Amino acid sequence: MFANFMAWIDKRLPVTDCWNKHLAQYPAPKNFNFWYFFGSLAMLVLVNQIVTGIWLTMSYEPSGEGAFASVEYIMRDVDYGWLLRYMHSTGASAFFIVVYMHMFRGMMYGSYQKPRELLWIFGMLIFLVLMAEAFMGYLLPWGNMSYWGAQVIISLFGAIPVIGDDLTLWIRGDYVISGATLNRFFALHVIAMPLVLVILVFLHILALHEVGSNNPEGTDVKKPKGSMKPEELSKFKFHKHYTDKYDIVDAIPFHPYYSVKDIMGVAGFLIIFCWVMFFAPEGGGYFIEAPNFEPANGLKTPEHIVPVWYFGPFYTILRVIPDKLLGAVGMFSAIIVLFLLPWFDRGTVKAMKFRSTIHTWNLIQFVISFIVLGYLGTKAATPLYNMIGVVASFGYFGFFVALWFYSKNEKTKPVPERVSG
Amino acid sequence: MSNTPVDNSRRRFLTAATSVVGGVGVVGLAVPFIGSWNPSARAKAAGAPVEVNVGKIEPGQLIRAEWRGKPVYVVRRTEETVASLTALDDQLRDPNSEEPQQPEYATNTHRSIKPEFMVALGVCTHLGCAPTYHKGDFEEFVEGVPDGFFCPCHGSKFDMAGRVFQSVPAPTNLVVPEHSYTSADTLLIGVGQGAA
Repeated sequence: MFANFMAWIDKRLPVTDCWNKHLAQYPAPKNFNFWYFFGSLAMLVLVNQIVTGIWLTMSYEPSGEGAFASVEYIMRDVDYGWLLRYMHSTGASAFFIVVYMHMFRGMMYGSYQKPRELLWIFGMLIFLVLMAEAFMGYLLPWGNMSYWGAQVIISLFGAIPVIGDDLTLWIRGDYVISGATLNRFFALHVIAMPLVLVILVFLHILALHEVGSNNPEGTDVKKPKGSMKPEELSKFKFHKHYTDKYDIVDAIPFHPYYSVKDIMGVAGFLIIFCWVMFFAPEGGGYFIEAPNFEPANGLKTPEHIVPVWYFGPFYTILRVIPDKLLGAVGMFSAIIVLFLLPWFDRGTVKAMKFRSTIHTWNLIQFVISFIVLGYLGTKAATPLYNMIGVVASFGYFGFFVALWFYSKNEKTKPVPERVSG
Repeated sequence: MSNTPVDNSRRRFLTAATSVVGGVGVVGLAVPFIGSWNPSARAKAAGAPVEVNVGKIEPGQLIRAEWRGKPVYVVRRTEETVASLTALDDQLRDPNSEEPQQPEYATNTHRSIKPEFMVALGVCTHLGCAPTYHKGDFEEFVEGVPDGFFCPCHGSKFDMAGRVFQSVPAPTNLVVPEHSYTSADTLLIGVGQGAA
């Protein structure tokens, strides 16, 4: 009965073939470690954001007069409204934690290197859209930090020579940030950006499945067709899309092996996520900032305007440069260099464990710089913090410059042909 | 189906012509979508000029007016304050107001129409926060200068004519809005001198 039904469908839509090609017979390297949780976790959080977001729009009122009150209404009067909102606000921070881990995984194991450049670029586009999405979403509660945070970020565009002022006026749709700005941000946040995000995630996965997953050793599990002895081939059945072109070694089907493993990741993630959501939904003032508990007020600047933590690193780079235009340029460059990472790295050895010691240290100093920048971005600027911020900014950009120099003739260890573990 | 051979140049011309006309259509269609982001008629109406009675401001006092949703600082400067302005010139980024941050008629040492009244937007030129007025206790920030404005966000400093000090994040002096006096005591913000 079911077989007949599936046969009927498959004749009209390649459902079974697609399932096999991308899940049940997709060859994934057998040596994934916990760092490989974060891709599927990012998808989980995306679904969480979309579903809770849809439910929040049912009670939220996108207007300068009603927004703040409607968020309070959701928190106090709507059944489970508090839970839906905290799922969404905690989800926003969780999204960035997961995505930063996912990106760092890519950096450690050289997952951006040839032939995965386009995959990396799609990932970076997702990151960029995610930042725009988060920024616009943060305006919607219409709290005072929402308002002034948006003020700061929109005025960045004013630094562009000649067209800057007209551009900021056009973005705001008013002489100040007002209900007009809120409404357009709402439209972009709930419709435009999520659509783009979902399309990009689709392309990211499609590109991943074309080039195949990297792994902690950076070895290729797809060998040229006919180069392996039959007994060396993986014993699993893979889709002919892969086996027609390659000899597959050291791989296992994504489903059920990694789908089950990822469920373990989900369980661990949800324990932490739920703890934050139920016991510390404001994330100690980092996830929801204190000034956001009072309504937006254009005549009252919060004592310290600080962005939400996930923008911290980029905000610090903006702040330590004592020139408005150059500051904005510096901040955007920090993202552009990430896009160009596959070309800064001129090496051919992917995994950190087979690369030089200098590369390991460079990665370590990059992580430290990034965390320091992030921390400073959530603190008020003092001369000491500014100085540390300058040093950390050099560390951030220095990673890419140094990488470009040493990766050309790097002393690497021999990479094994096969996955060793 | 006819058996006439394919005329490639004709096909190319038609493809190009269709693309160009289609492209023009897309550009035309983009106009309303981009245009709808401009301030609406209601927003423009709300941006109308505001009147301020400056007759009752005490010397040294600051009052805030709201114009286009932004705070406008109006300060009645004392004579000593006005006289001391030029002494600060070498500590400032743009002492002579060369950047076009003020209307033509306010491009002078005191950056206003009447030396007595400072009129400036209370919006830091760095990232748009509101600088706080420090009357008498500005020495904490700049030695030897009793009064001034300090921006709590990123530490920018401005003098009593809204001129920015050196080595702070704000790039330019505070913006002086278009303003004029309709009578001796009535300041009109939003309409320039000679425009009304």
